[in-house]
Amino acid sequence: MSIRATNVTKTFGDFVALDDVTVDLPTGHLTALLGPSGGGKSTLLRIIAGLDTADSGTVEIEGVEASHLPPQKRNVGFVFQHYAAFKHMSVAKNVAFGLEIRKRKKADIDAKVKELLELVHLSQFADRMPSQLSGGQRQRMALARALAVEPSVLLLDEPFGALDAQVRKELRDWLRRLHDEIPVTTVFVTHDQEEALEVADEIVVINHGRVEQVGTPDEVYHQPANDFVMSFLGPTTTLNGSAVRPHDIDVFNQPVAGPAVEGTLTELKRIGFDVRATIDTAGGEHVTVHLTRTHADERGLDVGQRVWIVTSAERRPVAQTGLA
Amino acid sequence: MVATSGAARLRPGRTRRTPAADQLQAGSALALGISTLWFSLLVLIPLAAVVAAAAADGWSDFWNVLTSSQTAAAIVLTVTQALMVTAVNVVMGTALAWVLVRDRFWGRRALDIVVDVPFALPTIVAGLVLLALYGQNSPVGVNVANTRFAVFLALAFVTLPFVVRTVQPVLEALEPEVEEAAQSLGASRVTTFRRVILPALVPAITAGAALSFARGISEYGSLVLLSGNLPNHTEVASVRVLTYIENGNRAAAASVSAVLLVVALLAIIALDLLQRRLRRHEG
Ligand SMILES: Nc1ncnc2c1ncn2[C@@H]1O[C@H](COP(=O)(O)OP(=O)(O)O)[C@@H](O)[C@H]1O
Ligand SMILES: [Mg+2]
Repeated sequence: MSIRATNVTKTFGDFVALDDVTVDLPTGHLTALLGPSGGGKSTLLRIIAGLDTADSGTVEIEGVEASHLPPQKRNVGFVFQHYAAFKHMSVAKNVAFGLEIRKRKKADIDAKVKELLELVHLSQFADRMPSQLSGGQRQRMALARALAVEPSVLLLDEPFGALDAQVRKELRDWLRRLHDEIPVTTVFVTHDQEEALEVADEIVVINHGRVEQVGTPDEVYHQPANDFVMSFLGPTTTLNGSAVRPHDIDVFNQPVAGPAVEGTLTELKRIGFDVRATIDTAGGEHVTVHLTRTHADERGLDVGQRVWIVTSAERRPVAQTGLA
Repeated sequence: MVATSGAARLRPGRTRRTPAADQLQAGSALALGISTLWFSLLVLIPLAAVVAAAAADGWSDFWNVLTSSQTAAAIVLTVTQALMVTAVNVVMGTALAWVLVRDRFWGRRALDIVVDVPFALPTIVAGLVLLALYGQNSPVGVNVANTRFAVFLALAFVTLPFVVRTVQPVLEALEPEVEEAAQSLGASRVTTFRRVILPALVPAITAGAALSFARGISEYGSLVLLSGNLPNHTEVASVRVLTYIENGNRAAAASVSAVLLVVALLAIIALDLLQRRLRRHEG
């Protein structure tokens, strides 16, 4: 295991930011720490990097007990949400910083900086100042700067959080490709479940300073450990008292064999290629169903119809919900 | 450097001018006009008048005034003491700003307010305070009256806030993440300060130094009592100017003033060049 945090607890005054957190993050993976704002994600990442100290618990990096090492000695690359650029240095100097600290030979530094700037597509900006770059470019510079020292782990705290939607999407695809090229163990923090599902090999869901679930994107999405994970990872609706994903329900305009629920189709919204149907069941539930346009057209659905709904059996979640 | 798509994205493309844009331009032209006029009335015209007055009796008189040993000694003393005080302020002012921003200690807020006192006091009051404290009857047993150190002390007292107050807001605005990034990249605390924090402070330190020096060469009230104004020893340029005026020699007073003006300009230019050099060195 590349990063192992064991029984980490951290309090700020009376406030418990991390409550006995234990996680193992495997070597070479791209892991997302996912959870709502204030859940303790940044705190955990900063403790791993040595920028904060835990009240109790230990951190191991590449098998080395790191709890008492200062950030300088952890060989961790850290990327901040707001870039943390060295504003008075050129892009190339920013990237060279860690290597200059390590007193590498000038020629080696220049070669490494050139290689990294190519990797992050900033070669032609080498002599610019950070203020002359866009947000996305600055963040790529920050990433190159962190990678320059060949860290054993790369930690990114909401790296795309300050960028607009378009650039965000581009960069997250790019991060995924970059990681496939250079498989350094990477942990990134996000509160955006789509980002985590799209990019990560593994997701650690954190809420209120506790780990709610660890698993692959498929596992946390389709087999959520509890209601919180279920509702945080995607949309939910309630059918027969259970939380279900709206696209795990099928709708028919005639009776079907098996345990179908009968109801009335009260609303049909078309949003681009998506169709959102609302069905009021005999039991008094308002069930939301997401279908593709093709699927909805095949079924010949119309508002006011009597319909029968079924959950896709293999996608039935393990969670049971009392109220929702 | 060749323009790239990235650069193009930074700068919005040229758009046709709208009436609103025209109005805005007219507005800013007006603002520029008013600022220039105001600046001219307050600064440029009086400065020109000083130089004109200095040259009124011809350049040979100008030269004679400056080379009279008493006046030359006063100018040299003023400039050297102002330079020394500025050098001390650069170090101590930065240190004091650092302490005020970064350290948490009892009395910090009080200290923060007290820093402005030397600047807020009427200078002659500052002079009285210094005389009472460090004069012949010093309660603390330190008598520096009628020495060059009295000039230094008075200048240090009144120029204390300049560097502190220019550096403090910049230090407050520094993102802690920038320092954390440096540490994570392996930089020790000292290296982080030298390579990351200090360069960010240089423009503010330079500005504070310029203010401090300019105030130093023009200071009168705070040092006039303690220094004793001994000719060729503790007499400063501004005292010379006043003496000339009292003797009805306006042209001579203007000559000394013109020199002080040139020295101030040179200092500001020198500091600006120094700052650029430091930046280039880093960049
Ligand atoms: N330095 C600090 N002092 C006091 N409270 C803090 C500090 N850092 C974080 N917290 C609190 O700890 C909680 C977790 O913060 P954080 O780890 O930043 O959450 P996340 O990154 O998941 O949004 C938040 O409620 C936050 O207010
Ligand atoms: Mg955070």
